[in-house]
Amino acid sequence: MMIGIRELTYRIGKKELLHDLSFEVKSGELLAVLGANGAGKSTLMKLLCREINPTSGRIYFRGCDLQSYKLPELAKQRAVLSQQNTISISFLVHELVMMGRYPHFDQYPSEADVVIVRQVMVETGITHLSGRDYNTLSGGEQQRVQLARVLAQIYDCKDACLFLDEPTNGLDLRYQQQVMELARSLADRGYCVICILHDINFASRFADKILMLKEGRKVAMGAPVEVINCENIHETFSINVKLMPCEGYSCPLVIPATSNIN
Amino acid sequence: MNKKTGVTLLFLLLLMVAVMVLSSCTGAVKISLPELLAILENQAGLGDGTGFKSQQAAVLLNIRLPRVMLGMLIGAGLGVSGAGIQGLFRNPLAEPGLIGISSGATLFAVSMIVMEISIFKKLTGMLGFYALSVAAFVGACLTTVIVYRLSMRNGKTIITTLLLSGIAINALAGAFTGLLTYLANDEQLRTITFWSLGSLGGASWETVTGILPFILIPVFGLPFLAKSLNALSLGDAQALHMGVDVVMVKRIIMVLATIAVGASVAVAGVIGFIGLIIPHILRMTFSSDHRLVIPGSALLGAALLSLADLLARTMVVPAELPIGILTALIGTPVFLYIIITERNKTKI
Repeated sequence: MMIGIRELTYRIGKKELLHDLSFEVKSGELLAVLGANGAGKSTLMKLLCREINPTSGRIYFRGCDLQSYKLPELAKQRAVLSQQNTISISFLVHELVMMGRYPHFDQYPSEADVVIVRQVMVETGITHLSGRDYNTLSGGEQQRVQLARVLAQIYDCKDACLFLDEPTNGLDLRYQQQVMELARSLADRGYCVICILHDINFASRFADKILMLKEGRKVAMGAPVEVINCENIHETFSINVKLMPCEGYSCPLVIPATSNIN
Repeated sequence: MNKKTGVTLLFLLLLMVAVMVLSSCTGAVKISLPELLAILENQAGLGDGTGFKSQQAAVLLNIRLPRVMLGMLIGAGLGVSGAGIQGLFRNPLAEPGLIGISSGATLFAVSMIVMEISIFKKLTGMLGFYALSVAAFVGACLTTVIVYRLSMRNGKTIITTLLLSGIAINALAGAFTGLLTYLANDEQLRTITFWSLGSLGGASWETVTGILPFILIPVFGLPFLAKSLNALSLGDAQALHMGVDVVMVKRIIMVLATIAVGASVAVAGVIGFIGLIIPHILRMTFSSDHRLVIPGSALLGAALLSLADLLARTMVVPAELPIGILTALIGTPVFLYIIITERNKTKI
């Protein structure tokens, strides 16, 4: 078990953002988290990366309580791609990707760090941006640079954990697919990937498991074929959808039901 | 160390030494380079006491050298704190004054000058000449602590709140300072004006050794936080994810910047712009990497402040210009230039 969550509850004042959540994720698995705005997805992500601490319940990371890890130790085994990534002081793209290696070296990077930075830049397709100023890049390019940085952080830790908060945000269709393929291939290499997504079809296509959240509670969790159905989706998003079987895929496509239009 | 960073820092070090030599040689009593070397050799017990006039040695050792050293120390302290504070605020327009250091120091110093109440008299009795410096230093630390406390929530510092409470406390301290200035008599006014414009005129070996630890600890301590500051420029959460103890780093930077700037203000008054422009010049000319900007700011700050002081004491001989006027005179055009180039850059 890579990550285990037991009866996790998070409260701010009287408002309960997450209620009694329990689940497990193994290494080599890609978990997609689905839910409407305000369902508690980002709160869950923050708890998992220890930005905030649970009100009650526990989070286990590789069998030990998440709280028992030292920050630098944790940084070598899990990386996080946040949603907002603006920087005020301008850095060059390769400098920024190198920051992903910060937990691994003291003052200046080793040869191995430089090699890893070069590799992740190839994998994320940003080699040609290497010498550019980050602040002059387009939103999609910035997102890919940040992904490269995050990837560099755990590149040489074979069973690390990767948290992605809406990684396809601001990317065009081609790069959305590329990012998800990359996430998939990382999971296949043994990483544990937890990813907040909005697109149900992307989730069912790439994820091993899907967690559906509504108002901080678990609606359903399981393999895409098990949980993607009209009832769960209606429960989670309060929308009506139709399912369309798709040749070559076990999980049906989800398309909006057009009852309100026409 | 990265080769490029090393070369740049070496260049800045040489620049600093060059300015140091130039300032030591220039002034009412001229000293040539061979004479300077002869005096220093003699002082080190290696020379034979020839090659210079005794008046030159007296001026250099008792007046000029302590002043040059003081300028270097203060410039280094202001530069390095400016770089740290700008990294902390994630804002290139931030400067140490923003968190209340200078205004707090000014308020305490002015209170000391104007209100001759018993506690200040006791302080003067105990510390004599240094009482003003001590009061200013205490003021700097107190305001920073208040500003920092105001911006804390659940053990985390919120940068926007820090900025806003800094502005509020600055305004409040400014108002009280204004009130006291209004109450001051003519003689006190002169002292206040002189103090608030800054001067290295009070330099002596005592002041140099007095502020030495307050400057050297930040100058050698802050570079260790350079990597964390780079990570912090991506955001608090991102830095945390990279294993940086964000709360601790912020606290250390605040403390180091406060002691360096507090000590500088205490002995030389308010010297503006150095903390703001030095890191900018380095970022624009070389790189934004804090591993260069932090130590570089100390070196360049030392060089530029000594240069400004050289101008301050030679431009209107036999009088002296307050150094705060010179740094602002040089600093403002540079600052405007930065704003304009930044504006043009974002337009593309």
